Amino acid sequence: MDDGRASNRGTESDESIVARLVHWNEARTGLNSLLRHALDEPIPGGARLAYVFGSALLFLFLSQIVTGVFLAMYYVPSADHAHTTVSYITKEVSGGSFLRSIHSYGSSAIVIVLLLHVIQTFMYGSYKGRRELLWIVGCILFALMLGMAFTGYLLPWDQKAYFATTVGTNILSEIPVAGNWLKQLLRGGTEMGTLTLSRFFVLHVFLIPALIFLFVAQHIYLFRKAGAAGPVSADPIYPNLPTEPFYPKQLVIDMGFALLIVVVIGFLAWRIPTMLGPKADPSETVFLPRPEWYYIPVFQYLKYWRGSTSVIGILVIPAILGLLLVGLPFFDRSLERRPWKRPFSVGAFTAVFVALGFFGVQSHREDMQSPGVAAQLRKQRQHEEEFMKEPFQPEVVGASAGGAATNPLAGKGQSLFTAQGCDACHGENGTGTAAAPKLTRIGIKYDSAKLESLLKSPTSNMQLAGMQPVDMKQDDLDALVAYLQSLN
Amino acid sequence: MHRDQQRANDQSICSPPDAGSPPRRSFLGGLLAAGTAGVGALLIIPVIRFVLHPVLATTTEKSWSEVGKVDELQSITVPVQKLVQIEQLDGWRRTVSQKPVYVLKNSAGQLAVLSAVCTHLGCTVPWIDKQNKFVCPCHQAVFNPEGRLIGGPAPRSMDVLPTKVEQGVLKVQYQFFRQLTPKKEAVA
Repeated sequence: MDDGRASNRGTESDESIVARLVHWNEARTGLNSLLRHALDEPIPGGARLAYVFGSALLFLFLSQIVTGVFLAMYYVPSADHAHTTVSYITKEVSGGSFLRSIHSYGSSAIVIVLLLHVIQTFMYGSYKGRRELLWIVGCILFALMLGMAFTGYLLPWDQKAYFATTVGTNILSEIPVAGNWLKQLLRGGTEMGTLTLSRFFVLHVFLIPALIFLFVAQHIYLFRKAGAAGPVSADPIYPNLPTEPFYPKQLVIDMGFALLIVVVIGFLAWRIPTMLGPKADPSETVFLPRPEWYYIPVFQYLKYWRGSTSVIGILVIPAILGLLLVGLPFFDRSLERRPWKRPFSVGAFTAVFVALGFFGVQSHREDMQSPGVAAQLRKQRQHEEEFMKEPFQPEVVGASAGGAATNPLAGKGQSLFTAQGCDACHGENGTGTAAAPKLTRIGIKYDSAKLESLLKSPTSNMQLAGMQPVDMKQDDLDALVAYLQSLN
Repeated sequence: MHRDQQRANDQSICSPPDAGSPPRRSFLGGLLAAGTAGVGALLIIPVIRFVLHPVLATTTEKSWSEVGKVDELQSITVPVQKLVQIEQLDGWRRTVSQKPVYVLKNSAGQLAVLSAVCTHLGCTVPWIDKQNKFVCPCHQAVFNPEGRLIGGPAPRSMDVLPTKVEQGVLKVQYQFFRQLTPKKEAVA
């Protein structure tokens, strides 16, 4: 293709319309050379199945964006409506349960593939040889992805979302000095509430995704700059192995893997749709929160730290581990990549994973061993299933608004308000329209006697604006005034 | 790295230069392309249905509101105002509101229900007992006891609403109509 293009430059008229269009576009955008540059990425030692995880992550992230944007078409981030709208998506909207399940399973898939990506990079020693920044940006992306999972979990505003996030944010208060302040900042107050939901929503759909875009671009740039590391036997700086371009073989393998992920997630979403539990009820006292599976090991680990030593477990140890992980390419300077030649770092890395696995198993075992806990968890599961079987309940707005429900005289007044057509100008429940001002809180401005006299004989300004004198029996007038008084 | 050299390298790694390789690769590529297209098409369907839900799932079911018992309404001689409760489904919300209507007997002696909304500019029209007619307070449109236009700026008579009787209860299907048009036109 390359050669043909060069030799045909003089005789463009002979080329097909497609080729000319490509030429035209290339001369203006340089897109073709960019694409070629992307596809010709040299892979030392050739394409391999072991290299699929990076592009699989990119693919999954894009899938989360697409499904997330569509879910936002119906979702409302407020404590009043979030649960209703997610319930509406799950139970009413065509394809809603499927799309939500894809998004939810997608988050789990990201965590799994992320771990595989980290394990592969670590075991292959692909962080070595001038790849410190690439590794650090990767660590930042890891943290951002976990942040996405944490913030997204609250959005459905069901029982488990609410209580898991309550516990999750409570951990912050263990941090000395600034802990409580940080917790309040994240929650938007001392307690969980509608402001917490707004904050988590903004983090989940605006801030963190923006940062992810930024760091993904850096990650890819730094990766291409350093070059693919190739198999473990290769030198990380000068691989000195015959290379194979990314296209076609590696691309085909990557796409095959992405396809496999889609099929698995699609099948799960279709057969085992993600559940939604009953709406969050902060007054509930027996609910046992359990985080999403990938946070269970951390959840279990935190249980071991209580009282005065907790700062060690919650802050010091994670900080040291985090520092070791982020600083890995600085501590481990040798260019040796074969895992069997680096027993110390590989051993420590494996130990952390084994420990996490152990905590996960331990958490499950403890839950099962305590009969009370097991029964409560079963009950919560049952409540979820029952809620899923109930038909969708729309949120009811209007009718009983105002104080009419509690005061029968005001109730009669409300009927008169509608019957007399007051609502035609002053709006339903006196909320006002373009034609006339709202009447809510008018009881604070005027007492009953003043309201009655204004109704009977409106001021000249009111009459000019179209307000008619109200002519009705004294009983009815009293009721109407009582209703207006109740509109506070 | 020189492209020629790279190309040469490719050949040495991934495909021994025997004749069987290109068709196999193109077959695999084709299979992958077909698979991707198939799965993509399969996935795009729920997304399209998801987006089109409010367009496709418009409920054809019309809601009927109770006006009152037929026995009790038979005795009326002049238009009587009733408040009906109407429910409108708006996505995930159900709005409940009360609307005034008039129950009256038409010339054939049948019970009929009129919307109280003036056909002129939408004010609520009161029944004036002393004058034995409907007079709109906004611009003095006047209607006779059956709701027929007899004066004022309104373009048509008061709007008759669809009714039915179920188990002795008069029910009305509340509707909104376009104002200022000489012909009655329902709006959704």
